[in-house]
Amino acid sequence: MNDKVIINDLTFYYGNNSAVKNVNIRVQENSVLALIGPSGCGKSTLIRCINRMNDIIPATRTEGDILIDGGSIYADKYNVSDLRRRVGMVFQKSNPFPKSVFENIAYGLKINGIKNKYDIETRVEKSLKGAALWDEVKDRLDDSALGLSGGQQQRLCIARTIAIEPEIILMDEPASALDPISTQKIEELIQDLKAKYTIIIVTHNMQQAARISDFTAFMYMGNLIEINNTEAIFTKPGLEMTENYVTGKFG
Amino acid sequence: MLGYIVKTGFSALSWEFLTTFPKDSMTKGGIFPAIIGTLYLIIGSSIVSIPVGIITAIYLTEYASNEKIVRLIRLGVSNLAGIPSVVFGLFGLSLFVIFLKFGTSILAGSLTLGVLNLPVIIRSTEEALMTVPKTFREASLSLGATRWQTIYRIVLPGALPGILTGVMLSLGRAAGETAPIMFTAAAFFTPDLPTSIFHEVMALPYHIYVMATAGTKILETRPLQYGTAIILITLVLILNMTGLILRYRFRKKLKGI
Ligand SMILES: Nc1ncnc2c1ncn2[C@@H]1O[C@H](COP(=O)(O)OP(=O)(O)O)[C@@H](O)[C@H]1O
Ligand SMILES: [Mg+2]
Repeated sequence: MNDKVIINDLTFYYGNNSAVKNVNIRVQENSVLALIGPSGCGKSTLIRCINRMNDIIPATRTEGDILIDGGSIYADKYNVSDLRRRVGMVFQKSNPFPKSVFENIAYGLKINGIKNKYDIETRVEKSLKGAALWDEVKDRLDDSALGLSGGQQQRLCIARTIAIEPEIILMDEPASALDPISTQKIEELIQDLKAKYTIIIVTHNMQQAARISDFTAFMYMGNLIEINNTEAIFTKPGLEMTENYVTGKFG
Repeated sequence: MLGYIVKTGFSALSWEFLTTFPKDSMTKGGIFPAIIGTLYLIIGSSIVSIPVGIITAIYLTEYASNEKIVRLIRLGVSNLAGIPSVVFGLFGLSLFVIFLKFGTSILAGSLTLGVLNLPVIIRSTEEALMTVPKTFREASLSLGATRWQTIYRIVLPGALPGILTGVMLSLGRAAGETAPIMFTAAAFFTPDLPTSIFHEVMALPYHIYVMATAGTKILETRPLQYGTAIILITLVLILNMTGLILRYRFRKKLKGI
């Protein structure tokens, strides 16, 4: 298995405060990496470095490097829009646009230069099926996306992300605001998506991390404490701190 | 007050009043040229202030990364907002009428009113832009959209109702102002409609002012003055209502109802 993403000694500052400190992670292609750790430990900050979403926050600074397929995403002249096309993102709070279900997905296609109506329709359907949402919305494609349930909205956001066929999908606690049934649907979806995409998911739910991920990274106060395959992290963690966290003794 | 205006002015209202020129040194006849003049000034000032105001606001909220420049512009804008309108009139007189040699004209008046409107449009546009949630911007950017695509296709449509409301309110205000056009655009009386932007025009607020202060028969023309006031108020109301209706429409559309 080759490394799709290599995070090299990454440090990220908000002003003078480092929220991510000298982190090194390798993510294998077509695997699911779960990022766990107590609130405020830098999980969101770290994954937002991978699609350079933090660029839009003023007064921030990045040290170190991130490589995707061996190429630095911080290289001069690297096109950030291209990067974000390759690295999709699903946010903690579902954020469909105030447009129709169809337009929500068509938007990403259109801005990426797909103009043919037939192509757009085909890909909208395909990505809705890919996000296990098609059967529920096929009769209401022209209705506002804001009328969908929370779980449907989040799957719509996943559909929107996979519609532009990224290589990597970042998910920041995608199920934290959802009910158990919707959560289960999203978890099943992640299992399916793994075949085509490399997935990095932040979660505060230990069982979820254990169920869906191949690898788990435990962070604490900006530092990467331990990373290993998920089974090892949950059954025989290398450090007492990790064990305390995954067994719920702190966090 | 409104009741008094309507009561006094109502007798003057007629189709003829709206569509004919004043007669007999403005003691009789209609206010047609003043209505047209005010409409020209509204349109002219929109052409000046809407694009500049909206572009400035977009720059301030979406693009500017230099805190100092942003603060400087914001300071300038809020100072501009605090200046009495008569000072705008004098400013317009010295810059547009005299220095740029536009003369007392639609052009000079539109530019003056445009500058007067700028702070309101910039501020309301900024506010409207800021009501568009950050999460929409992030979603758009995360799909590979550029900053401009995000602004053009996500942020502006979301902010449009607020922007339009601000624009309409500012135009309504501009329509009613006398001081800024007094030295820059308004004519006591013109026998013809203007045919070029370098012509001076009659305008409703100035017409009222003239009839009420400078006529030979101030008392006898009271109904005419108040009749003109009714028309002016109606015009301002129409602009304001349009703003509110647009906002309501777009709100509904945004919610997808
Ligand atoms: N936009 C921001 N500006 C300044 N500090 C921030 C910002 N976002 C997060 N932080 C800080 O960075 C640290 C890590 O936050 P975050 O990455 O959101 O953690 P997590 O996702 O693990 O809860 C926290 O101390 C948080 O207060
Ligand atoms: Mg977080």
